[in-house]
Amino acid sequence: MTSESPQVGAPALEMRGITKRYPGVVANDSIDLDIRPGEIHALLGENGAGKTTLMNILYGLARPDEGTILIGGEEVRLTGPSEAIRRGISMVHQHFMLVPVLTVAENIILGEETTVRGGFLDRSEAHKRIVDLGRRFGFEVDPEVKVGSLSVGWQQRVEILKALYRNAKVLVLDEPTAVLTPQETQEIFEVLRRLAAEGHSIVFISHKLYEVLEIADRITVIRRGKVVGQRVPAETNEEDLAEMMVGREVSLTVDRGESHPAGAALAIQGLVVRDDRGREVVHAVDLEVRSGEILGIAGVAGNGQDELVEAIVGLRKPTRGTVSLEGIDITGLRSRDVYEHGVGYVPADRHRFGLVLSFSIADNLVLTSYHRQPYSRGLLRNDEAIREAAEERIKAFDIRTPSADAKAATLSGGNQQKVVIAREFSRDLKLLVLDQPTRGLDVGSIEFIHKQIIAKRNAGTAILLVSAELDEILDLSDRIAVVYRGKLVGLRDGRTAEKNDVGLLMATGGRANGDSAGGETGSAA
Amino acid sequence: MSARLSRAWAILALPLISIGLSVIVGSLVIVFSQWLVTGELQAGLALDAYGALVSGSVGSERAIVNTLINTMPLLLGGLAVGLGFKGGLFNIGVQGQFLMGALGSVIVGVQLRESPALIAIPISLVAGMIFGAAWGFIPGFLKAVSGAHEVVTTIMLNFVAIAILAAAVSGPLNVIGSQSPQTLPVGNASLPVILGRNGTIAIIYAPIMAILYGWLLFRTTRGFEIRVAGASPDAARYAGMSPRHLIIWTMSVSGMLGGMAGATDLLGATHQMTTTYGTTVGFDAIAVALLGRTNPLGIVLSALLFGAMRTGASAMQIQAGVPADLVGVLQATILFFLIIGPVIKRIFRLKDAKTGLEDSATTFTATYGGEATIR
Amino acid sequence: MDHFLYGIPIVGLVFELIGYLVHITPIIAPIVMKASVSIGFAALCGVMCERSGIVNIGIEGMMLVAAFVGWMAGVYLEPVLGSTVGPVFGVTPTLLVALVLAVLAGVLVALIHAWLSISVKADQIISGTIINIAAFGITGYLISLLSINSPEGAGQFKAWNPPQAISDLPVVGWLFDTVFAQGPITIGLIVIVVVFQIALFRTRWGLRSRAVGEHPRAAETVGINVIRLRYRNVMLGGALAGLGGAFLSMESTGTFQPGMTVGRGFIGLAAMIVGRWTPIGAFGAALLFASSVGISQSILIAPPPGQLGDILISLPPQFFDALPYLVTIIILAGVIGRSIPPAADGQPYEREAAT
Repeated sequence: MTSESPQVGAPALEMRGITKRYPGVVANDSIDLDIRPGEIHALLGENGAGKTTLMNILYGLARPDEGTILIGGEEVRLTGPSEAIRRGISMVHQHFMLVPVLTVAENIILGEETTVRGGFLDRSEAHKRIVDLGRRFGFEVDPEVKVGSLSVGWQQRVEILKALYRNAKVLVLDEPTAVLTPQETQEIFEVLRRLAAEGHSIVFISHKLYEVLEIADRITVIRRGKVVGQRVPAETNEEDLAEMMVGREVSLTVDRGESHPAGAALAIQGLVVRDDRGREVVHAVDLEVRSGEILGIAGVAGNGQDELVEAIVGLRKPTRGTVSLEGIDITGLRSRDVYEHGVGYVPADRHRFGLVLSFSIADNLVLTSYHRQPYSRGLLRNDEAIREAAEERIKAFDIRTPSADAKAATLSGGNQQKVVIAREFSRDLKLLVLDQPTRGLDVGSIEFIHKQIIAKRNAGTAILLVSAELDEILDLSDRIAVVYRGKLVGLRDGRTAEKNDVGLLMATGGRANGDSAGGETGSAA
Repeated sequence: MSARLSRAWAILALPLISIGLSVIVGSLVIVFSQWLVTGELQAGLALDAYGALVSGSVGSERAIVNTLINTMPLLLGGLAVGLGFKGGLFNIGVQGQFLMGALGSVIVGVQLRESPALIAIPISLVAGMIFGAAWGFIPGFLKAVSGAHEVVTTIMLNFVAIAILAAAVSGPLNVIGSQSPQTLPVGNASLPVILGRNGTIAIIYAPIMAILYGWLLFRTTRGFEIRVAGASPDAARYAGMSPRHLIIWTMSVSGMLGGMAGATDLLGATHQMTTTYGTTVGFDAIAVALLGRTNPLGIVLSALLFGAMRTGASAMQIQAGVPADLVGVLQATILFFLIIGPVIKRIFRLKDAKTGLEDSATTFTATYGGEATIR
Repeated sequence: MDHFLYGIPIVGLVFELIGYLVHITPIIAPIVMKASVSIGFAALCGVMCERSGIVNIGIEGMMLVAAFVGWMAGVYLEPVLGSTVGPVFGVTPTLLVALVLAVLAGVLVALIHAWLSISVKADQIISGTIINIAAFGITGYLISLLSINSPEGAGQFKAWNPPQAISDLPVVGWLFDTVFAQGPITIGLIVIVVVFQIALFRTRWGLRSRAVGEHPRAAETVGINVIRLRYRNVMLGGALAGLGGAFLSMESTGTFQPGMTVGRGFIGLAAMIVGRWTPIGAFGAALLFASSVGISQSILIAPPPGQLGDILISLPPQFFDALPYLVTIIILAGVIGRSIPPAADGQPYEREAAT
């Protein structure tokens, strides 16, 4: 599956037949990849498709079991990051590899320090080079400022400067836009285009189709560790790429049936929430979710969704505004009391929040209800009732496990999430808050969970669904609210909403009053 | 049956191997050090020493009672450390809580020295528990409100406790006219002897505390909360528990057990206090909790082992001429082999052996760095 | 004005106290300096380890072992190497070799801590506890074996005598005396503090060490060998602790007592925290802590007159013993001047490379 297009120019980098096996999985299965000088090459694939393994191999962090890597036509063995850097390969990691308490200059020169008189850092020389580089590519940054005080977008520029400082020829960016606002994304794209124009090669790892189509010169799609095809943006579209990425025609509509919403279950008025650093990230949000409907919140990650959800379920105190449930004010209650009022909550990070991995499935199934009857009798646990409930739910939710005593850590991701779902869905609820309910799961588990969500809605529960996957929102929601920078910028009917329209709202926030913003700016989506 | 055996082996393999290896290291130390000092190489000396150690600790009824009596403060201290471990907290301050507990019990005990024993004993014991609980509450509270790591604050509080104790004994508690500062004896508040010459009632209530410890952790909802907070503070918060509250609660109860250990030592063994009062129970308790894998029965067994070693040490010194400090070396080497469990497992090809603190956080220092806040 | 100030009792007392402290400072300064040496080295050891991400509560044990080895080496080497007194510091060949061995002993114990913390990835507090228990045990054990023969050590380093003319300088003479009328290990501490401070913030090694303690993965992705650097720094820390131990048995005294570190390793940790993980800050805190004891002694010997004297004498002397720890707790809790440890402090580093 190597390049079929007859363009000239030897590849800056070539990977041939790269295979990497981990116990139980083949992460990379004889992958071929060639990167030309001055090209932006997108590597597209789902989470777990093997992109990161491939890049770790390229960066010397993992050794391939088979295959060769050629740089400028010369075969190389990459024994570690320093070797990769020496060969002109640099990587911008998804989670920035920056030390917040060090200055920009210190971060950039780290590992690549110029010294004078036996070990002393040559600061002035470093500063000069950093400022020069910044000027050349259109982003100047004060080398003396602490990295921790920079915005995420600027931190990413520091990462890129770090690579350029090392004379990188090939820049690998792992999901660079995951943490950026749409505007910051556009700015970074400008930087990348400029770098490419200067002859740098860029490997752009992503699973966002529209971004890849916008920025890449060529697109290589991998699935389950294998290259499944290569495209040029002009000759493809989102549907085509999605099919290659997922491996079958993506069904754009789930059978969600009719909804029969009743009165408002959740009513939020003028809610203002601050994040951990004290910045206001949710601005005066008004929102209503009716019993028996699914309200989807669409938005690029980091636009205040997390804080909004935490404020609703009592894990974060709102600064202003009210949250009420069927007319009862629950603003500022502790999460325990919020749950007691009939709120179920599936958190985004099941490993950190949703489960105690070292505990049994039975214990995890009562994590939020252990103190209620029948699981407790006064101050005591009722192990029998806990066990019975566990057996029942393992059956009802098809959790694949040898026994209820098995530790949660031994389950697959899908089954772990089913434990969380089983726990929260098994209660009598007025409101169910779902944050990224299917993130990182296999298709089978996703379908199962989607069905459960629909069933819960049909049973009359109000459901607030937050997801970074726009398709999931479009497939499930009866109504869609779009958040942008902590504000609700639009409300759409879930059955008639256009993907482009919602995507554009997510990316730009629309303009003016948040009504149909189509056509104002034609860049994203 | 064999499944049961293999489960028992999984739990016991590493502690037993660690003890075995440390006995070997101890023999090497004995023989080699003797050679260093006297120039003679006597392989038999190690056997003599261990023989004296064993007979001095379990060789006679009196020795056994002494072992039991030395075990009880260790057991209570071990429970204190173990409870902290279960809750994800490293209470390295049992030493200070022990001292404060002893101080509390001597303050009250001296006051009640002529009251009926039935009143004097429980009140003095409880006073010690309250002092210990207060000394555990402080680091718990500090961690809950400011994120100050309990390891550092409890170390600091250990030294503050030493200073308070010395100030109290040489100041208000000092008996006028005594040659060196010391308190009055606790008189009727002394724990009654129920076994042999000096086997006090602690032999009964300390094991009961071990049972309560197990009951608390595995049978109550509070115990479940402690274990969840220990294994995953984020999950505890999500589940509607209050990690802050749990930290304070756990540290206070842990401190209470530490205080009880001190009160037990004071009311049961020394009966009065001098400015140099103190034992190594607080630090030995860490070893007890680790060797016992924070399990109640495990803590009882490892406290017995260390109690026996402490008891037999003087016999070893007198009969074999091997200094009693060897016990510290043995203790340290047992811990050493325990924490290199993964390495030991590889060497001995133990597939299923458990290495220690699987249920709770294994690295307490992981939360040490950066700006910590508890929510 | 005077009258007005003294009318408010507290303000008056504070002024009196400051006056008293200024008065006694030159007198107690040399004592404070001596008392701060092993605390200072312990604090530097802490800075060295924790800056690169390893929590070390085994400093106490490292110092104790070094103190013992320095003294014992003296016992065994004196007959071999002799005691020709050198030109300065009362140095003899035996003392020099013993000092080197003491430092190496510190390094060796630190190597154990490094192996447990870095390679085995054991809990670093447990590892430190083991080192402390083992150090107390083995040195106590050996000293009681050895003292059967009541051996003579190799003596101790002597203080340098600066020219009288300098000591007699007005205003700064006492300061000079405080710093230079000292033994080699004490003077060495001051030199090391300065060198360490510069190295940590101005050199490549320092930048890399700080990065490794804050964000080891970031350091590894730019090609820095995290494991090796941590090993190296923990062993350097052991050398510093070794010097602190050697001071106790080879400069401050010429003998070894069981448990003679009496908690200085832990006060060192406190000084490191109060000094915010910088060498100069840690040393400053060590001086401050040492002066707490110096002041309490001077109050006993020559209390200030009047009401202030009454108040100070009525304070139990143990109050001054506890003061350093109380200050540390207050700072840790962020009541005044929050002190924040390096971000990756105490976290075992898992290399990303899955072979």
